[in-house]
Amino acid sequence: MSILGNRVLRKEDPRFLRGEGRYVENLPLEGACQVTFVRSLLGHARIGGVDASAARALPGVQVFTADDVDIPTYGPPPFPGLDAGMGRPPVARDVVRFVGEILAVVVSDDRATGADAAELVAVDYDPLPTVVDPREAAKDEVLLFPDSGTNVAARSGSPEHDENLFADCEAVVSGTLNSQRMAPCPLEPRSVAAEVGADGRVTAWLSTQTPHQDKMVLCGMLGLDPAQVRVVAPDVGGGFGAKMLNVEDLLVVWVARKLGRPARWTESRSESMIGLPHGRAERLDYTIGGTRDGKVLALKLDALQDSGAYPTLGAFLPNLTALMSSGVYDIPKIEFEGRSVVTNTTTISAFRGAGRPEASQVVERALDDFSVEIGMDPAEVRRRNFIPKDAFPHTTVTHAPYDSGDYEGALDLALRAAGYEDLRAEQKRRRDAGDATQLGIGISTYVEITNGVDETEFGEVEITADGGAIVRTGSFSHGQGHETTFAMIAAERLGLPLDKVTVHKGDTDEIPSGTGTYGSKSTQIGGSAARVAADTVVEQAKKLVGDYLETSPEDIVLDQAQGLLHVAGAPSKALSWGELATRAAEDGRMDELKATEEYKAAPTFPFGAHIAVVDVDTETGRVELSRLVAVDDAGTIINPLIAEGQVHGGIATGAAQALYETMVYDDDGTPLTGTFLGYGFPSAAELPSWELADQETPTPRNVLGAKGIGESGTIGATPAVHNAVVDALAHLGVRHVEMPANGENVWRALQEAKA
Amino acid sequence: MTKVAVTVNGTRHEADVEPRTLLVYFLRNELGLQGTNVGCDTSSCGACTVLLDGESVKSCTVLAVQADGCEVTTVEGLAQGEELHPVQQAFHEQHALQCGYCTPGFVMAAVSLLKENPNPTEEEIRLGLEGNLCRCTGYHNIVRAVQAAAKAGA
Amino acid sequence: MIPAQFEYERAGSVDEAVELLGSEDAKALAGGHSLIPLLRLRFARPALLVDVGRLDDLRYVREDGDRVAIGALSRHADLARDAVLAQHCALVASVAAGIGDPQVRHRGTIGGSVAHADPASDFATVLLTLDAELVARGPGGERTIAASDFFTGPFETALGAQELLTEIRVPKVSAGTYLKHTRRAQDWATVGVAAARVNGGVHVGLASMGTTPVRATAVESALAGGASSTDAAAHAAEGTSPPSDVNGSAAYRAHLAQVLVRRALEAI
Repeated sequence: MSILGNRVLRKEDPRFLRGEGRYVENLPLEGACQVTFVRSLLGHARIGGVDASAARALPGVQVFTADDVDIPTYGPPPFPGLDAGMGRPPVARDVVRFVGEILAVVVSDDRATGADAAELVAVDYDPLPTVVDPREAAKDEVLLFPDSGTNVAARSGSPEHDENLFADCEAVVSGTLNSQRMAPCPLEPRSVAAEVGADGRVTAWLSTQTPHQDKMVLCGMLGLDPAQVRVVAPDVGGGFGAKMLNVEDLLVVWVARKLGRPARWTESRSESMIGLPHGRAERLDYTIGGTRDGKVLALKLDALQDSGAYPTLGAFLPNLTALMSSGVYDIPKIEFEGRSVVTNTTTISAFRGAGRPEASQVVERALDDFSVEIGMDPAEVRRRNFIPKDAFPHTTVTHAPYDSGDYEGALDLALRAAGYEDLRAEQKRRRDAGDATQLGIGISTYVEITNGVDETEFGEVEITADGGAIVRTGSFSHGQGHETTFAMIAAERLGLPLDKVTVHKGDTDEIPSGTGTYGSKSTQIGGSAARVAADTVVEQAKKLVGDYLETSPEDIVLDQAQGLLHVAGAPSKALSWGELATRAAEDGRMDELKATEEYKAAPTFPFGAHIAVVDVDTETGRVELSRLVAVDDAGTIINPLIAEGQVHGGIATGAAQALYETMVYDDDGTPLTGTFLGYGFPSAAELPSWELADQETPTPRNVLGAKGIGESGTIGATPAVHNAVVDALAHLGVRHVEMPANGENVWRALQEAKA
Repeated sequence: MTKVAVTVNGTRHEADVEPRTLLVYFLRNELGLQGTNVGCDTSSCGACTVLLDGESVKSCTVLAVQADGCEVTTVEGLAQGEELHPVQQAFHEQHALQCGYCTPGFVMAAVSLLKENPNPTEEEIRLGLEGNLCRCTGYHNIVRAVQAAAKAGA
Repeated sequence: MIPAQFEYERAGSVDEAVELLGSEDAKALAGGHSLIPLLRLRFARPALLVDVGRLDDLRYVREDGDRVAIGALSRHADLARDAVLAQHCALVASVAAGIGDPQVRHRGTIGGSVAHADPASDFATVLLTLDAELVARGPGGERTIAASDFFTGPFETALGAQELLTEIRVPKVSAGTYLKHTRRAQDWATVGVAAARVNGGVHVGLASMGTTPVRATAVESALAGGASSTDAAAHAAEGTSPPSDVNGSAAYRAHLAQVLVRRALEAI
């Protein structure tokens, strides 16, 4: 009986349950100095000077400013079309461009003194006009980078437009979907520790999702020989796309090298809220047209992406939005044009979904808007536009190469699970009665791209002297449970019990290469790499066994159930992994029981259907999410317990964007929601239990048949919840509600509809 | 500096602390009990939750000097050797943790919740955990874990 | 974040606390859930913290004729389940049960909360609504301050720098309710409405509709004049100056006040 597909409890749990998580902040580092950053209080200003004299007077304190820190400009990353002139000095020199930009690096013996000293650093600001709204920034009146001559950091899509795009459409509607800025809020704020060993090697412990990529960038930026650098990501408390190498990491390593003393830094939450990149912040104007009997013929999208002050991956994400803008529908004509502009705010980067939630949000809103326009049930409109189940592989007009899908199946399953007809009946009852609390039902049918830049992942399997196995992976789970799922994959292939297989990750000295974990790719490439490496070990083992049992390797089979390699047809002529390892060790042949794999696979396209049910208090605008039914089809599932957990977390974040969270700045670039007090991160009290229904449509694109699942919940949930709120108020003339679609935004929508 | 004597997980500790030392940093830095985490600076997230004289408190919003003469229980004080506390065991069985950072805080909050309300409804659980934030789990399995622990008589 | 440095003294009695509060830049520390967050963000930088948290004889709830006397250091969690309050002034118990979250309620005190005087404070609003009396001890002895005189500005009260709240007296109330609109359960009120039948009349108070909690006097007048709940509630925002912030605009708050006042009046 295969272990795969079973709800296996996690191997990594015990240390976290006992409070023995190895977060960077917890690692012992003898004699380390503490780093505290002095950060800009203004959103845009010239810097006349930084006076650290009072700070330096505190015992044991050193302060480094831009003149001291010889690290080159950081970024922007080499994404095609991204303006190379918009890089960020790790320590600001002449100008600051966002509240939170680093102006000085304080080093002290203890953290309290560091905080005291940082307060004493006096900055001479000469305020400049600020631009916070991307629509304002796009006017190119207040320029962040005068040398660039524009605030446009990147463009996406095509500026070519067909005037007749909607010519044969009977019904055309337009609107705007603002996918508002969000803060990723991993519960563990970032932490860095660094030391230079007696041998001159640099070790950096980073709270990151991408230890190997970070090492490369670190070496490049600090001019270090990769052989002389080790990066270790120990336990990391969540990342959600935001935790990748940033200037703070560079600066802590720089301090350690400069002072020849270990250095460490941990950010506070309010520091993290402005220092860790934000997500989303893409505004999409849509026009959708089609026939009155529900066939969508054309979609036009105009995207304005806020990049923050220093553009990075976030400026590039509209390309993913464009790629996925056909959604699950067979739309014959799609136009997309996008601009990414800089603003005096925190940089925008990837955040759970990274460009694809924006696509599902605008496409599903447009579909619903179109449904209302033609007076047809939104589920029916979707049916009439799905790419059919037998049409795969299918490439959309946006060039997205979908692998497999059963969109109608997912919708049907979700509608049944939700009791759709009963919900519509209850809605009608409340509408007829004029209840103050109205019911809203929101549907989203979505598809998303995982392993989106078809990366290669490293996997190694090694049989140990005691007949167990070590899986080394270049993936890096920071909550996703690879220590269990990858162990399950290898254990199954090797025929070993799960407790004899351990997964190693995160240490660049031990793992030669890796891409880390993001983009929902790890099971499909990291897990597949582990599987192929395990299979290779089995093949190699058969040769060894053949030698030992004096049989041809072709006649050796692995009994997975027992973990025995034996002569085909003669099960008593067998060696267990333990016995094999013992003999191989004696013969110095252990390296034959080890194999590596670099696994590359094409992107895959998980999909699903979410149905949200909301109660909207039409007097106060308060929205309660009472149900969320989710069908998330990610192909073959290795461990349903872990997969469901990923969906649960994704749905919560998706619902949070629809109803609770928005990162707000005032006109001066001061964040108004820069703490957990102001920022609407929901608790369990704000959310219901989720209702998940199963569907698995495998993909041919990798050996596991698996697609990614980590971001699906987010991508499916936001539009379902958003659509539900609009649906609740549709009979009152409301066609749109700004997100977060709750409280005041609902009230405003009702006021506008009455006007 | 002020003298404090705090009994933590059954062991009495005496120390001289700066009055501005938060209980969470006293536990982590002075006593080396790093299971209790700091997740925010506005007393919002509950990652720092411990028991103070048997009741859940946010140790980031208590000064070490305020805990003088009191009993503190941290996550490290729950398991009996190899055997996990029923709440810890329930979290494990219900997959109520992913990255683990919020987990000690939730476990302590759940222990306190069940002490005061041994048979909570789902709504009471969700409201009872309103002071703890998690980004990974979506709370669904945490609620299941508290229900399972309640059933197990935790 | 780490607070700035301060000195610390623990008071063994109210008189000792009063004396210590006479030091330069001294601040009383009760449950700490208003003060410590300010210390951590360095918004408050007192030179001396006077810890009054162990003054156990300020923790009580007693029937006192037609009133209920509440010791200022009573914790929200204790008030939430107090039997005397449940019987005679359930409104105060239910407000206590809804402040913050369970961890906050295990530490926060009614006195600390009220002395902090956040314009969005549930307790401050309810005490104002009930025409409560606040008893303070200072160097000159004890005095009683009417709630209507107590809240003088945002985070400002009539307490002298060296005064400590010792007791809060609320009338016995047969019917009362507190409704608040929040974004999340643990949040401060975007708008809070307290309504209670007190001494034969109906009192209505508003949280977060001005720089202090306020009485909805226009509503009260309308009711006294025989208006229906709905008609009276239409006056809810009159005379108020609600703030505009991330939790809501002034216009939205004014609207919420009308809705919540109507609902509160219907509930009592």
